[in-house]
Amino acid sequence: MNAASDAVAWILLIPICAAAVLAALPGYRLTAGLNILASFSTFLAALSLLVIARPQPGQYLLVDDLNIVFIVLNTFVGLTTSVFSASYIAHELETGRLTPRYLRFYHAMYQVMMFGMNLAFVSNNIGLMWVAIEIATLTTVLMVGIYRTHAALEAAWKYFILGSVGIALALFGTILVYMAALPVTGEGQDAMVWTVLVSRAAAFDPALLNVAFIFLLLGYGTKVGLAPLHAWLPDAHAEGPTPISAVLSGLLLNVALYAVLRFKILLAANPDAISPGPLMVTMGLTSLLFAAFMLYRRRDIKRLFAYSSIEHMGIIVFAFGMGGPLANFAGLLHMVMHSLTKSGIFYAVGHIAQVKGTQRIANIRGLTETHPALGWGLVIGVVAIAGLPPLGIFMSEFLIVSSTFARQPLLAIPLVFGLLLAFGALVLRLTSLAFGEPRGSAAPAEASYLPMFAHFALVLTAGIYLPGPLVVWFQHVANLLG
Amino acid sequence: MHNLAFDIAHLLAGGLVLISFMMLYQDRLYALLNIFAAHAVVLALSVAWQAFIQNAPHLYVTAVIALVFKAIIIPVALHRIVKQLGIHRDIETAVGIGPTMLAGMGLVALSMVLMLRVTGAADPLAREDLAFALSVVLLGLLVMVTRRNAVSQVVGFMSLENGLVLAATGAKGMPLVVEISVAFSILIAFIVIGVFLFRIRERFDTVDVGALDEFRGERR
Repeated sequence: MNAASDAVAWILLIPICAAAVLAALPGYRLTAGLNILASFSTFLAALSLLVIARPQPGQYLLVDDLNIVFIVLNTFVGLTTSVFSASYIAHELETGRLTPRYLRFYHAMYQVMMFGMNLAFVSNNIGLMWVAIEIATLTTVLMVGIYRTHAALEAAWKYFILGSVGIALALFGTILVYMAALPVTGEGQDAMVWTVLVSRAAAFDPALLNVAFIFLLLGYGTKVGLAPLHAWLPDAHAEGPTPISAVLSGLLLNVALYAVLRFKILLAANPDAISPGPLMVTMGLTSLLFAAFMLYRRRDIKRLFAYSSIEHMGIIVFAFGMGGPLANFAGLLHMVMHSLTKSGIFYAVGHIAQVKGTQRIANIRGLTETHPALGWGLVIGVVAIAGLPPLGIFMSEFLIVSSTFARQPLLAIPLVFGLLLAFGALVLRLTSLAFGEPRGSAAPAEASYLPMFAHFALVLTAGIYLPGPLVVWFQHVANLLG
Repeated sequence: MHNLAFDIAHLLAGGLVLISFMMLYQDRLYALLNIFAAHAVVLALSVAWQAFIQNAPHLYVTAVIALVFKAIIIPVALHRIVKQLGIHRDIETAVGIGPTMLAGMGLVALSMVLMLRVTGAADPLAREDLAFALSVVLLGLLVMVTRRNAVSQVVGFMSLENGLVLAATGAKGMPLVVEISVAFSILIAFIVIGVFLFRIRERFDTVDVGALDEFRGERR
């Protein structure tokens, strides 16, 4: 019992202490190493949650089957990104895009962001969860603007404004949930504790709960990057440092999605409330179709993959909106696969943009000839993200499509259309990026390939063989999601 | 006594909505900042009144923060920034005042209809508070989308946040209210003034967000 609460405490304490230390220490080699070390120990602490007994849900913190998936994924991608970031940042320091002072700031912010995301996952209090997501957002805003170019500042400003609006709507929704709980649980702390809310949700006023969910879906949906509210996402991805693009796509979108899922469970516990499914299905499909069309006109490589993130978040939200054990299972699997693949792609893209000195797709050609490791890495990543077998995303997309066909054949048509559209765009871009007459610098890349290939290996393994216990566990979580 | 308590809370919350409306048609930055200061003062009074009638002394902290930080420090600091940058002339509004006011009225009507309908079971005081708070939030959003100047967007965001504080204090016994209001104040102080305006000024010699639009979209 005690060891478990310790593990939860470590997940939060390690990043926040590391942030304080990293803010004070100078020197690239030392701080990058420390950053990796801190991320690694956080990952170990998260892993230990898998084996030891869970702590009782308290007033503030909670560990259950749902959030462990997110925590382990979060800390793992946090670790690999810190490894990638070390080699990426070294190059940025050489070219002078980052000064040592900003480097300190960057590392401290990285750990604060990890703290915010972990806190959002383990919080059992809807107010605390809101605060944690706010922290994670603010730190990423600062990091997006870190290069201080025109474009970076505009991206950060846009992200800040849209993010604040989203976070404000989410807070209003949180207050409404509290109001709905007030007559049932009484005043005070209890009315914000998620486990208490879920156990007594059946008695809440359904009308108030409905309105609250709409605010929460719009608010947190802004952060998920769902279609009408996505405007910040491509800019933020394209203009910030690439490690940040990787964590934005791979992790921060998941944090917001996790919040939406928590409230979806809450709504499902009340028999008279609206079913959140149709809303989520609509938003998911809109995002998918919109992003699929937008993929064709991208000229910037990081923007291309940012739109692909919108597309995949749309698919995931669609799957969770469909609900039911199979679709939830597929949604969960797709989320994990997307996080791993997309951050892997960004690791490749970060190094590619560095060696070529540009993010313009037209100026990058024939990567497999000039930089075989990066080029083929990108090929694997794009093949995976486009949903080709035998990689993991194929499997999850296949499950989503087949479960949709079984239950709502009409919805499956736009879904498949969107998937094929996005597939076409990605393959089109990939052929020009990876093959053909080489263009741009052919200087050898000083890259760390380990994080990228580790991610792709995991995605490939999952596509070929999913271990039994993992399947059982995901099925259990899928049932939990209703 | 109960009726008086209710009426005063109602008056203050309604006053907040009214001042939000006044923000919509200001076309000078200084005037906008003054109106925002008034907004914060009314918020402070309203929060203090809630603290008094709910018997919740910790809410006085929120009221004091609203008064000192939002009604005095932020407006004064923004005044100085505006003066230094020499942008105290007209605000460029993206939409005309007439349509903006009409949109504002529509939003207030919407929030009244929505909130009063769904909160039928709740305590009448909290109910009205919530309806007013949603109006303030939506009007704050409207200010943000109709202005193109970074300073006035920040003012819009702060008025929106005032609406959230109103909603949070109106919900009886809600935990973390003080913490949230402190967090918001830090957010505003830190991010907006400290970082962004500084950087934007340094790079662009203007705080007109419209100037940033040139750099947006695809690089060709």
